Amino acid sequence: MSEKQYTKQHEWLSVDGDVGTVGISEHAQDQLGDVVYVELPAVGKTLEANAEMAVVESNKAASDVYAPVAGEVIEVNPQLEERPELINESAEDKGWLVKLRLNADASADSLMSAADYQNFVKNES
Amino acid sequence: MSEETKQARSKGLHLEELLLFEIDSDACGVDMDEPEDFTPRLGGLQRKDAIGLPGLSEPQVMRHYSRLARQNYSIDDGIYPLGSCTMKHNPRLNEKMARLPGFADIHPLQPVSSVPGALRLMEALSEKLRLLTGMPAIAMTPRAGAHGELCGMMAIRSALESRGGEAAGRKRILAPESAHGTNPATAAMLGFEVDPIRATSRGEIDFEELRSKLDSSVAAIMITNPNTCGLFETQMIEIADAIHDVGGYLYCDGANFNAILGRVRPGDLGVDAMHINLHKTFSTPHGGGGPGAGPVALSERLASFAPLPCVLSTQDGLRLIETQADAHEHGASPFGRLGAFHGQMGMFTRALTYILSHGGDGLRQVSGDAVLNANYVRASLQDVLEVAFDRICMHEALFSDGTLQADGVSTLDFAKAMIDRGVHPMTMYFPLVVHGAMLIEPTESESKASLDSFISLMRELAQSSAEDKKAFAKAPLHAPRKRLDETKAARKPVLSWRG
Repeated sequence: MSEKQYTKQHEWLSVDGDVGTVGISEHAQDQLGDVVYVELPAVGKTLEANAEMAVVESNKAASDVYAPVAGEVIEVNPQLEERPELINESAEDKGWLVKLRLNADASADSLMSAADYQNFVKNES
Repeated sequence: MSEETKQARSKGLHLEELLLFEIDSDACGVDMDEPEDFTPRLGGLQRKDAIGLPGLSEPQVMRHYSRLARQNYSIDDGIYPLGSCTMKHNPRLNEKMARLPGFADIHPLQPVSSVPGALRLMEALSEKLRLLTGMPAIAMTPRAGAHGELCGMMAIRSALESRGGEAAGRKRILAPESAHGTNPATAAMLGFEVDPIRATSRGEIDFEELRSKLDSSVAAIMITNPNTCGLFETQMIEIADAIHDVGGYLYCDGANFNAILGRVRPGDLGVDAMHINLHKTFSTPHGGGGPGAGPVALSERLASFAPLPCVLSTQDGLRLIETQADAHEHGASPFGRLGAFHGQMGMFTRALTYILSHGGDGLRQVSGDAVLNANYVRASLQDVLEVAFDRICMHEALFSDGTLQADGVSTLDFAKAMIDRGVHPMTMYFPLVVHGAMLIEPTESESKASLDSFISLMRELAQSSAEDKKAFAKAPLHAPRKRLDETKAARKPVLSWRG
């Protein structure tokens, strides 16, 4: 599995072959606070890069989560419906949201490395 | 809750309350005779079991609701500084006028010829709103602010469709981060695509980014002005010119019209459509025996698309226009019918009362006092709380949790501590663009003495946050309910009584 890459909207992407796993960053979960509900896309749905993919709702706000790359939804995290707190407990591992089968021409070149993302977060606040 | 728990929790005439179903007893209620010779015609759909309503006597019901009413908090009890909600005093004169039988006891289905006074009142309010907005037409039917947004955006869609060609295919709506959340929701509901625009560090729309996104695919821009940070969008006229240059329309969310009333006419800024929340600007109740009212002011470009039913001034006097054919005869082409009836008379009566009792100079003072009060709060707290934008604000003062966070106190903790001290908290965690936002809107209703008392309490709390961190985390200690588990309530909601 590849190193995680990050978007400016605080999603992470981890690629294994032609399958990409997507979630929200540790920083994003910290900003949102207690996650109380997650709306996930239907399996089989095709998404363009930057298309709205999911909604994560906390006590404070509901936030859209965007697809970092184009692909087809092949799996969503089945545990999140019952246990949305997984996102707070383990945003970048057990709290993953969606697995995408990446389009052949999907490109993750514009995404940031973990180090670049940390810098980006530091400068943003 | 059991009767024993209720008694244990009731203290000092602060009465705990059971649910009606928990008060239920078989012994009372209304007895009705079984119908005689009754043949049901519902077939298999006839209900066989009891419907499960609680059995209650009239005194039980009265006490239940009276006790619940005592647990309520309203603007009639004290300061209610909810930013963005504009909890202002509702003058009793409004109520008196709304209860006049000629307004209170009419029915939307009675012959129009029997209610000329109601039509005159609607036209009189519309005329005042035209004067205050500097816009030529008002759609009176929308039942609330968001409904007004829908109305305004439907008028824009109709105008684009009537232009035909490329205009009819325009799908993009630009909506800044500083706009109300209902704006993008309205656009999406009508099938538009929403393209967000960032805010600058001054809390305003990033005009350069906006300009870079403008082309002939843009149907409209939706702007809230003053925006949700309580700031005036100073480039409004430039923005209006820019969107008009590419053939699009400017929608303005007029929720914060109370801050500029009598001072700025949105029509002069180039606005094409703007809803007015009568409860925020013109002191009608939040709620109030039915729906609210969110009239929409429309520019010359959109006026003819105003929805049915509408009151038009004709050669024969005022007429309630109910059909497309009738509207066409008067040169209008409504986008359709927005509601069964013409709007909420109760709200219209109260709003017109407020306008007439204040007069032009009084309304100017309403906005002046609202802005002055907010800036007084901002200036009096800025050394103990972190202001989100260091500049003169409009009708609401916005703080971030910057200084509190350093003390390990969250915005939520701070708000709960306010409850312990007998003050209703401000709006929290909104707008989202500011971390741990606290949005305070005192409105014009508060006196200097009331503001001073609020400020002194806020200062005391802010200054004690460092040493009292633990107490803040436990607050409220003196409310009937202590700190509620909001996360659990959201994750595992119990939405109905389980007997």
